[in-house]
Amino acid sequence: MAGTASPVVALDPRALRARFPILRRQVHGHPLVYLDNAATTQKPDTVLAALASYYTTSNANVHRGVHTLAEEATALYERCRSRVAAFVNAPDARGVVIVRNATEAINLVARSWGATLGDGDEVLLSEMEHHSNLVPWIMLARERGVALRHVPITADGRLDMAALAALLSPRTRVVSLTAMSNVLGTINPIAEIAAAAHRVGAVMVVDGAQSVPHMPVDFQSLGADFLAFSAHKMYGPTGIGFLVARPELLEAMEPVSGGGEMIREVRLDFASWNDIPHKFEAGTPNIADAAAFPAALDLLEATGMPAVRAHERELVGYALERLRALGWLQLHGPLDADARGGLVSFVDPEIHPHDLAQVLDTRGIAVRAGHHCAQPLMRRLDVAATARASFGIYNDRDDVDALVDGLVAARAYFGLAGESHG
Amino acid sequence: MVDRPDVALDDLYREVVMDHHRRPRGRAPLARVDATAHGFNPVCGDEVVISLALDGDRVTGAQVQGRGCAICTASGSMMAEMIPGHTAAEAEATAAAFRAVMHGAPAPGGTDLGDLEALEGVQKFAVRVKCAMLPWVTLTDALKAWRDGGNEATSTTEAQEAER
Ligand SMILES: Cc1ncc(COP(=O)(O)O)c(C=O)c1O
Repeated sequence: MAGTASPVVALDPRALRARFPILRRQVHGHPLVYLDNAATTQKPDTVLAALASYYTTSNANVHRGVHTLAEEATALYERCRSRVAAFVNAPDARGVVIVRNATEAINLVARSWGATLGDGDEVLLSEMEHHSNLVPWIMLARERGVALRHVPITADGRLDMAALAALLSPRTRVVSLTAMSNVLGTINPIAEIAAAAHRVGAVMVVDGAQSVPHMPVDFQSLGADFLAFSAHKMYGPTGIGFLVARPELLEAMEPVSGGGEMIREVRLDFASWNDIPHKFEAGTPNIADAAAFPAALDLLEATGMPAVRAHERELVGYALERLRALGWLQLHGPLDADARGGLVSFVDPEIHPHDLAQVLDTRGIAVRAGHHCAQPLMRRLDVAATARASFGIYNDRDDVDALVDGLVAARAYFGLAGESHG
Repeated sequence: MVDRPDVALDDLYREVVMDHHRRPRGRAPLARVDATAHGFNPVCGDEVVISLALDGDRVTGAQVQGRGCAICTASGSMMAEMIPGHTAAEAEATAAAFRAVMHGAPAPGGTDLGDLEALEGVQKFAVRVKCAMLPWVTLTDALKAWRDGGNEATSTTEAQEAER
């Protein structure tokens, strides 16, 4: 791609918004301002149509029949796999395992690759991980005596790279990190870390739940060994996600779930496994959502991931500036928009995040309040919870302005001093 | 620009609730602690620690510590004000009556919920019911541990709500 990258065409959030029917609804008499995209994104008309179309025209079980419907369903299902492989530049579609979500993808690695680990081996994680990249490893540590190590974060919410370097050793067998924090927004230097992990002989697992939907992600140039993400956070349906892996690694791994589809031959007391990736996909898979997800990829590809990133970078920069100007909020994570994805976690020291989210909801503004499945990080930040606004392709500055007005209104509602706007 | 308060919001944050939230009662440490429990709401990370002084089976003092939202704080504050003077059984009956109200049932005949009635609006906000219940499930835990031999108890609203 050297030198020939096409210029980034700015995306038009207004035009994109029109593609999402749910964004036309009202909440408590106000137009919906949806700022909970890190939890899940809304779905465009084309995804909704593809879901209906699958059930209306092609529904059948996959890989099992010779009849026309079975063939169509199988083709749709496998097309999802190859589209996903292309979207993240996987070396081979055989390295794409279709699972339920990012959580299941990480569990698959921890259970299956993890089964090769034992006493004295170490798994390196960080303080900013989502529970789904902590708990599977805690389970592994309990079962196999593997030691867990955690990269600390710096005061401004980045990985402490010096500490990371010191924690890596020949005992490190797995490094598993989020590419973008769902609380701090921090974008981690995965390519650099993957190279360091490989130097000590560890595999690199990337939690791409937040990065794949919001920035260009190239599996091969990252140097990842495993990459986990969920369709529902990237304008696709719920209930389908992906583990992208180097095929050689999958070849060497044992399945964790047995049943139909994943076998080659079964006798009463014996079974052999199907080829990858099928040996990891026991039972009837999520065919309908696989059939619909490429419509979401169409939208992201037509928009262009560099444009998605540029838009959200601009928006988070604007949000940081406006939220900081209020003067009373604690903002978590790097203040530099280049170093973070399109989300902001904040705390009003006088109003609990739950109460804040409640006031915002009455104005039609959806934000998340809580620990964001990152309790260790909450402890590290010394907060019980934060409020979080997270952006998507259909959000614009008006949404940030509505949020800021809502935060001012919440102060007034709770009888606290706040700057008066207008 | 500040809107006039939303009607639904006022249902949740009634005047009495806001008063307890702003000036929570029962924060002062007790001279003696006979029963204590730690409660945690895994949904939002809110925590409360309830400490009780008992004379025979009568609660003589209550302290509520922790960090929570306005609803949780107000509910704990109301509890700290109501419970002293009650027997353990009466306190448990109040907790049960309050739970019934939070789940949309009428309060069992004869229970006086006092200020807690101001939290009635919470039942319309399903996720907030746990916030209101946290101090109360923790109280029942403290009393249960006290009956079982004075051990400290730890619980979560989810485990507690599931039990019932
Ligand atoms: C960083 C991160 N990792 C993993 C997950 C888990 O995603 P899912 O619940 O779709 O498995 C999330 C979603 O909240 C996330 O933000």
